Amino acid sequence: MRKFTKEKGVVLPLDRANVDTDFIIPKQFLKSIKRSGFGVNLFDEHRYLDKGEPDVDNSNRPINKDFVLNLPRYKGSRVLLARDNFGCGSSREHAPWALDDYGFRVVIAPSYADIFFNNCFKNGLLPIVLNRDTVDQLFMEVEANEGYQLEIDLNTQKIIKPDDSHLEFSVDAFRKHCLLNGLDDIGLTLEDADAIKSFEANWQAQSPWYFSETETR
Amino acid sequence: MGKNMTGKTLYDKIWDAHLVSQREDGTALIYIDRHLIHEVTSPQAFEGLRIAGRRPWRAGANLAVPDHNIPTTKEERSQGLAGIKDPVSKIQVKTLDENCIEFNIFELKMNDLRQGIVHVVGPEQGATLPGMTIVCGDSHTSTHGALGALANGIGTSEVEHVLATQCLMQKKMKNMLVRVDGTLSVGVTAKDVVLAIIGEIGTAGGTGYTIEFAGESIQSLSIEGRMTVCNMAIEAGARAGLIAVDEKTLKYIKGRPFAPAGELWDRAANAWRELVSDTDASFDRTVELNGADIEPQVTWGTSPEMVASVNGSIPDPLAETDTIKRGNIEQALNYMGLNGGTPIKDIKLDCVFIGSCTNSRIEDLREAAQVVEGKQVADSVELAMVVPGSGLVKQQAEAEGLHKIFLSAGLEWREPGCSMCLAMNADQLGEGKHCASTSNRNFEGRQGFGGRTHLVSPAMAAAAAIYGHFVDIREINI
Ligand code: SF4
Repeated sequence: MRKFTKEKGVVLPLDRANVDTDFIIPKQFLKSIKRSGFGVNLFDEHRYLDKGEPDVDNSNRPINKDFVLNLPRYKGSRVLLARDNFGCGSSREHAPWALDDYGFRVVIAPSYADIFFNNCFKNGLLPIVLNRDTVDQLFMEVEANEGYQLEIDLNTQKIIKPDDSHLEFSVDAFRKHCLLNGLDDIGLTLEDADAIKSFEANWQAQSPWYFSETETR
Repeated sequence: MGKNMTGKTLYDKIWDAHLVSQREDGTALIYIDRHLIHEVTSPQAFEGLRIAGRRPWRAGANLAVPDHNIPTTKEERSQGLAGIKDPVSKIQVKTLDENCIEFNIFELKMNDLRQGIVHVVGPEQGATLPGMTIVCGDSHTSTHGALGALANGIGTSEVEHVLATQCLMQKKMKNMLVRVDGTLSVGVTAKDVVLAIIGEIGTAGGTGYTIEFAGESIQSLSIEGRMTVCNMAIEAGARAGLIAVDEKTLKYIKGRPFAPAGELWDRAANAWRELVSDTDASFDRTVELNGADIEPQVTWGTSPEMVASVNGSIPDPLAETDTIKRGNIEQALNYMGLNGGTPIKDIKLDCVFIGSCTNSRIEDLREAAQVVEGKQVADSVELAMVVPGSGLVKQQAEAEGLHKIFLSAGLEWREPGCSMCLAMNADQLGEGKHCASTSNRNFEGRQGFGGRTHLVSPAMAAAAAIYGHFVDIREINI
């Protein structure tokens, strides 16, 4: 996994609560068997005026000029500012893949749906929780100042504002460690392979009815 | 009494039994008993295994089935893979077949009689058992909690993680109890109960919790009804929903293909009877509803919490004082093409969809068939379709003659799959069209680009098909 230490970039304000994963990446793009290439279809139903399909050239599609992602002042954003319950709905990891592929590295919101929140960390994307008032304040500052950027320092857990003041955020210690070092979860878990094997043997002895193996049917 | 003196919740019991190890910060390694796989969220996980040169830790714990992308017309299905017109979908289904062969994973292929929506198939095959930990790259995995299993949806990285290690890294959720007591009125179903719960706690109300559903109204539900309730726990923000094991649970499971038999059954059944929360268990949050007050529910907006009783009206955004909430209502009504204050019964339907992992089991189909029997779909309804949850559900429905009832009333009778629940295949709701749907999500574009979804029970959807607008199922003659 890509390491995450510091990130700095333009902030995109997505002023809408309960943004679901269908909003982030509509289902027709989930037909892909790849992990990359979803960035051009991020927020597809809002970003374009027509219906998107996988494997078509997006450059000729009519753009929704009013949608925030298409406003020139937010070009190249890396930080997404959002509202409550961001990422609700389906478990599709294509949502963080699309955000990442577009260029986002950080999401800031007052709250997230659990599965989405979890999926972000698996992809080197940092979801930050700030309280509602602070998020409100950020929305106002972003809208008032063109080119508004934030710098996020994971190590010190600080968000540095353009005026050099900062906000602090909390992050789970283990997840921070994994992000900072770009650690692969599977590799980490397999270091405990012996513990898994002995658990499994005990569990099978105690509850053999859970070991009716499907492959034998 | 100190906190460590209190009893355990059902969630605590299953969690503790599966704990392999735990770090100081609470991150735990949890053993997974059953992993369900479908074609959409698995290809990148198998690719990851391939790149790392890994094999599944315990191939026999997995069960795969294609469901999201497959066509539901008989003509297309009879041609097998060749019948999938969309080349991208075809590759995805074919990739699942190939991965299952390569990694020695049991798959119920597209035209196997036992194929169906993964959350219908798991319980039907007895692959879902009480006390198990079950995961699937699909948020509606919460469905399996109806049988007293701890089941939650995961992302693709975690699909790969479970395949490779048979474990997941998780932090324990908090415990929430949702009690629904009292007797449900006739015509009020599990779907109405869960929509009412979501209306009460909101789509983020369960975030960070595992919800246990309990109380007389929940106990009175059939196992299939309980699945409908747990299915939508995720729409209340909870990754997992649970219902205590009782004799109905055991009766449902006994004799299913992957369920234990003989002496092993007796031992398992004894162990499973313990799968209830202790009477002195403490919950971090408790919510109570009176089942007798619940009326048939209809969603009017673009989030499952935007729900009202069929006898109610769409809320007036101007009456909402919270500006963010008002904005949400306005946005939703704008998308839905509806006005605040309109009675729910005045909403006209263009389409009716009876299916999805929420409501496509045999009891759902019986409920819908009873409503449409001897009647005709309204002329204003362009498309009404019934999509059974699995090949076995379809077979059973046909044995009971339900398909004939649907067909003669003017509804289409399709092959099993996810279909218009998420419209990844050709079954799509047209732009601007209103659909009475028994599925679980009414998000923008969910059933098709620009489509407008109203979530309801199978009986309410069936009645809407006949009348062309919503009616209170309790007021019509069946
Ligand atoms: S029926 Fe709908 S909700 Fe259920 S698994 Fe299929 S797409 Fe998901």
